[in-house]
Amino acid sequence: MHNEHSDSNFQSRIDKGEHIEARDYMPENYRKHLIRQMSQHAHSEVIGMQPEGNWITRAPSLRSKQILLAKIQDEGGHGLYLYSAAETLGISRQELIQSLHSGKAKYSNIFNYPALNWADIGAIGWLVDGAAIVNQVSLQRTSYGPYSRAMVRICKEESFHQRQGYEIMAKMMKGTKDQQAMAQDAMNRWWWPSLMMFGPHDTDSPRSSDAVKWRIKRETNDELRQKFIDKTIPQAELIGLKVPDDKIKLDEKTGHYKIGEINWEEFQRVVAGHGPCNKQRLDHHKLYFNQGAWVREAAEAYKQKHLKQEMQTI
Amino acid sequence: MTTKEATFTYTLRLGDDALILGHRLSELCSKAPFIEEDLALTNIALDMIGRAQAMLSHAAELEGKGKTADDLAYRRPEINYYNHLITEQPNGDFAHTIVRQLYLSAFEFLFYCELEKSKDETLAAIAKKASKEVQYHWQHAMDWTIRLGDGTGESKRRMQIALYELWMYTGELFEMDAVDETLIKAGIAVDLTSLKTQWLNLIKNTVTEATLLMPDDTYMQSGSRKGIHSEHLGHILSELQYLQRAYPDAIW
Repeated sequence: MHNEHSDSNFQSRIDKGEHIEARDYMPENYRKHLIRQMSQHAHSEVIGMQPEGNWITRAPSLRSKQILLAKIQDEGGHGLYLYSAAETLGISRQELIQSLHSGKAKYSNIFNYPALNWADIGAIGWLVDGAAIVNQVSLQRTSYGPYSRAMVRICKEESFHQRQGYEIMAKMMKGTKDQQAMAQDAMNRWWWPSLMMFGPHDTDSPRSSDAVKWRIKRETNDELRQKFIDKTIPQAELIGLKVPDDKIKLDEKTGHYKIGEINWEEFQRVVAGHGPCNKQRLDHHKLYFNQGAWVREAAEAYKQKHLKQEMQTI
Repeated sequence: MTTKEATFTYTLRLGDDALILGHRLSELCSKAPFIEEDLALTNIALDMIGRAQAMLSHAAELEGKGKTADDLAYRRPEINYYNHLITEQPNGDFAHTIVRQLYLSAFEFLFYCELEKSKDETLAAIAKKASKEVQYHWQHAMDWTIRLGDGTGESKRRMQIALYELWMYTGELFEMDAVDETLIKAGIAVDLTSLKTQWLNLIKNTVTEATLLMPDDTYMQSGSRKGIHSEHLGHILSELQYLQRAYPDAIW
């Protein structure tokens, strides 16, 4: 008979495709892996508000301003579900934010690149959210229940984001020469970093094997990346955007696109903290978090004061 | 001045209030003290930009020159913007943001309830939607005022400063000119004289509950209804209008 609290029982539940819930037994490394991954995911949503927020006040129409505001709100909301889902693993929001500030917890590398022109808002929606969706669709079937349910909600909203991003790109490609140049410039800068979002090649990915065994991760980095490439290249061609890679070739036999070599040196450099915006993004988060300290303290003081008063009247 | 011309100006003023306050609140994205509050502030910003679009579309129709809401939002010179001075004031610290919301949303809460009765059907319809939204904005501002006023010594001090500093922009909310008078007679505009006492009561009650002090009456700033603004508006517009001005032939 299996002990309910044994690793082998845990693994057999995973193998049967059962969800693991917050109160269920789980090996310590499974919990750690999830906290690392979910907090990275939550922080990515929150840090991702910065490059997009950079364009709200300059959005070129009232409609695009509203869409962008709504989209950024969605991202913040996703951060919130994910923080709450991570909290079910016994870690507090305060600890999660401390780990972000100390550099222990990461966020998606992609947000260490700058949003330089309006078409970047299109590219972020279409390419960055597009890449994120491929990953998140797969994560809807992840083994940890709270994470899986958060992903189901998030995926619904992300597919809307991707469409609005593509709409901006399509509109600009139909526009003036200046607009087309902006769109192509954004494509040139965001294409490769988007491909890097899936992480290193499977052969170089140290944590992949455990994550696959525990069914936290359902498909490998390279499988997911290929899905994104196959989906995105025809979309680019349809609106006349050139993918900045001379080696792209459709393999007729497999139906998959082959691409040139990803610059892993750049990837490693940005992960190590030397991307164009690593310092800026983290400094921004720390600055406003610290500036808000008096507000959080006041809210807490008010709550305690009134709790005490209520207790006294009882 | 025909009723139609007056309605155009009146609607434009309301649109500009929403547009400029929406702009200021948008600047706060990713800068709130915690994520829930970030969402609350951008949500109010979104309501404002939505209202600006509705008002400016209506204004463009009334003007009858074939313009769109975007033309009005993005292509006017500074002197032709009529938003209240308080809407363009910088966000400052969180206390200033909240006090600006307190003064304005109390006003809008009363104003839009009245505007629902307007004989201009479009204005009445926009007002109906706005008064639902503003109820939430008012609640949000009131909750924060009470919590921060009665929170810590520091939050009380900051709130008191913000209450004093923004007070001089509140007189303008109740100014009326020929546009208002023409439209009050036609049953289109709201008579602001009757709102002032109610507004003062709302503010006094909240400030008292927050254990704060009401500002003393002081010289009230004025000018926006004639297109005379503080220096802040020019900077807001250079950001807001940037793409439309730099690429005038582009469609976005």
